[in-house]
Amino acid sequence: MKKLLAIAAVMAIVFALPACKSKVKDADIQKSAQSALASIPSTGALTADVKDGIVTVNGEVKDAAAQASVEPAVKDIKGVKSVVNNTTIAAPVVETPVITADDPLTKAVQDAVKDNAGVTAQVNDGVVTLTGTIKKADLPKLMQKINATRPKKVENKLTVN
Amino acid sequence: MTLQDKYKDLIDSAKASGVSGLQVREQEGVLYVDGDAPSGAVKDQLWSLYDKIDPNFTGGDLVLNVNAKAVEGSKVKVVTKSSNLNIRKGPGTDQPIVGKAAHGEIISLINKSNEQWWLVRTNDGEEGYSYAQYLEPADN
Repeated sequence: MKKLLAIAAVMAIVFALPACKSKVKDADIQKSAQSALASIPSTGALTADVKDGIVTVNGEVKDAAAQASVEPAVKDIKGVKSVVNNTTIAAPVVETPVITADDPLTKAVQDAVKDNAGVTAQVNDGVVTLTGTIKKADLPKLMQKINATRPKKVENKLTVN
Repeated sequence: MTLQDKYKDLIDSAKASGVSGLQVREQEGVLYVDGDAPSGAVKDQLWSLYDKIDPNFTGGDLVLNVNAKAVEGSKVKVVTKSSNLNIRKGPGTDQPIVGKAAHGEIISLINKSNEQWWLVRTNDGEEGYSYAQYLEPADN
């Protein structure tokens, strides 16, 4: 009887082996997860721990958008059962606004108004003053272009019709 | 009322819609909002909120510089009003035109080292600089 049991045990192990092999190893998942996390904006490297296909991510991400991108980055890796997102969001670093100097700003603003006949732009100490007339439908695009030149301020004196 | 209160709906919307690297700060009576929007649609949404809070953008108290995030090496879509987009030899409208991309055409973004003028290539192989505000990330 003992012998039979031993044989049964050996058989069980032998049959169980292929099943084990077809499973993705936690270590392989860990490698893939680690490289998938590399592109997420964080203050230091994010770490992924994997146990039985459950990936736990730790570390400090730069903002909420970065935090939201953790799960999508990892969940489709082969063998991943679920993702535990333990990341924290870093306190925002407040950067001083970048204001373009007048010479490059003047050139950038002239480029921006080029397609809007009837609009004149003047630059003085970072302040862009817009005069003339514009159609309402064209105004947002023009303002987007002007705002993207990094002015100090935009004085919109356009007549909108 | 502070400027952050005045533009609260806009700032909240930017946060909720996944704008990354969002920066909101006030300096000498002007609020500066910068960041990368996940799509052109999110950018347009923020601008329509801006127009709602400050009709026709006449307040002079906000510089909104949130642009749709496009990655170098990816595809971008030409979002001119209706006309072709000029492709120029260098960054600037004073540069000669070396090619054109049609409205709605999908082209390749090569380099964004100049913030206003991106280096692009059309499917025909025409290469040069186009105005960044007429380009948006193409939907994948």
